[in-house]
Amino acid sequence: MSRQQNQNLNVALIREDFPILKRVLRGNRRLVYLDNAATTQKPLSVIDAISNYYKNYNSNIHRGVHQLAEEATIEYESTREKVRKFINARSRDEIVFTRNTTEAINLIAYSWGSRNIGRNDCILITEFEHHSNIVPWQMLAQEKNCKLEYVGMDEGGHFNLAEYQEMINRNKVKLVSVSQMSNVLGTIVPMNRIIKLAHEKGIPVLVDAAQSVPHMAVDVQEMDCEFLAFSAHKMLGPTGVGVLYVKREILMAMRPFLGGGDMIKEVDKYETSYNELPYKFEAGTPNIADVVGFGASIDYLNRIGMPAVRTHEINLVRYAMERMMNIGGITIYGPLQPTARGGVIAFNLGDIHPHDLATIMDDRGIAIRSGHHCAQVLMRRLQVSATSRVSFYIYNNKEEIDLFVQALKDARRLFKI
Amino acid sequence: MSDDIYREIILDHYRNPRNKGKLPGADISTHDSNPLCGDEIDIHMKIQEGKIMDVKFEGRGCAISQASASMLTEMVINKPLTSVKDIDKTDILENIGLTNLGPARVKCALLALKVMKLGMVNYLASNDPVSAKILEDDTRSL
Repeated sequence: MSRQQNQNLNVALIREDFPILKRVLRGNRRLVYLDNAATTQKPLSVIDAISNYYKNYNSNIHRGVHQLAEEATIEYESTREKVRKFINARSRDEIVFTRNTTEAINLIAYSWGSRNIGRNDCILITEFEHHSNIVPWQMLAQEKNCKLEYVGMDEGGHFNLAEYQEMINRNKVKLVSVSQMSNVLGTIVPMNRIIKLAHEKGIPVLVDAAQSVPHMAVDVQEMDCEFLAFSAHKMLGPTGVGVLYVKREILMAMRPFLGGGDMIKEVDKYETSYNELPYKFEAGTPNIADVVGFGASIDYLNRIGMPAVRTHEINLVRYAMERMMNIGGITIYGPLQPTARGGVIAFNLGDIHPHDLATIMDDRGIAIRSGHHCAQVLMRRLQVSATSRVSFYIYNNKEEIDLFVQALKDARRLFKI
Repeated sequence: MSDDIYREIILDHYRNPRNKGKLPGADISTHDSNPLCGDEIDIHMKIQEGKIMDVKFEGRGCAISQASASMLTEMVINKPLTSVKDIDKTDILENIGLTNLGPARVKCALLALKVMKLGMVNYLASNDPVSAKILEDDTRSL
């Protein structure tokens, strides 16, 4: 398998690498998987890397001196290096493995937030955050008696930069935490600008990159963010692995999140000195097999190239939106320009409830998401209780979008819209 | 095939719900939701000498949850309140004509019944706490 790093993906070839895409569902339907913002499918190379670990060098890492422990440690740590390169961090010390994005954000709230945010301070987020970038800050705000404020969006579903500027001037903001790409609207925010404005006020910024790192080139040094979090399972990797990037000087000053094995240097009866970075933040036996599998998923994306991934998704979004707009009664949420959004389209069709629509889709083998997408604050802002959502990845093609659009027309007919 | 699910009768009750709205002076008012789907149902009932004199529902959600609420109100109006306890899952699914719903969607169909049973339990609890407790356990397991 050799793929040129050009802007056109060979989707037919890519599809061959994903065993699940051959799956036939009930009613003899071929799977059309359009729920990639929730989790992506896994190529055989990732599945094989995990099973190869268990078959050939399953062992605990970092302390054992036998050959298996050595091999497992090398593989585990090589994924850390791949992650460093993938997001262009300065040092591998800045890459901490967590369970997922949610755990990474909670780690920052507990270890950094609890020491650096106090009474009457302000944490600034947006109206379109995922619950994982809302609830940890609500919990911290309640504990510290500090404020939690929301930057809004304009009518087109874009980040409201003017309001943001006004809010960081008015409030004693100690942290800005923003999703780089909304999991509902698809909105891509002007992150460089957001960070620059925050830094002018000395405010650190956390980037929730759960939806961005899997779909576009992200460079932490160029952005200059203090914190960044994302999940392996949304980028071809296994579930149960997340990444937290933290600038070295901040990470060094942070106290550990969890105490236990592997995060220590020396343990005395009443005191412990902590291990060096990043191990200080990885207590206990980590998810070795899945970190190894994650390494294979980064390799896969590198072979394709992130600019090509991004271009492919823009093309699919453009193709899908043009066809969806022609369907009577459809409402599409978020920016209308395909280049201003990720590969995500949230919508409603007439008075059909998203769960009814998802049932109709399911009967045609089409997996879409319906509900509040863990963004109830945004749902209230949009004045809907739920939306349907399709989201694309490297293996999706225009034929699948045609099937989806045909199913939308069927739904219209069934509901007599 | 879900195309069978969205038959005339479901769509009719979804678009033209019966007994939908508020009920001033209701003796029973209960609310519950399905966190998975976000379906919400309120049931209001007026009781006189143990009989359901009037019943209304309010709610929002999918066609299945709203249509089953609408149909349930028609099933119980002018019936003894205690008759609600005898209504079970099969009655509801047969009544709306959907006997082979998947597990995720069955919850949508049964939400209104659950709310109505909880309302009945709370109302009866003042007179007969013991049997109310049994009924409540029964309802929670819906």
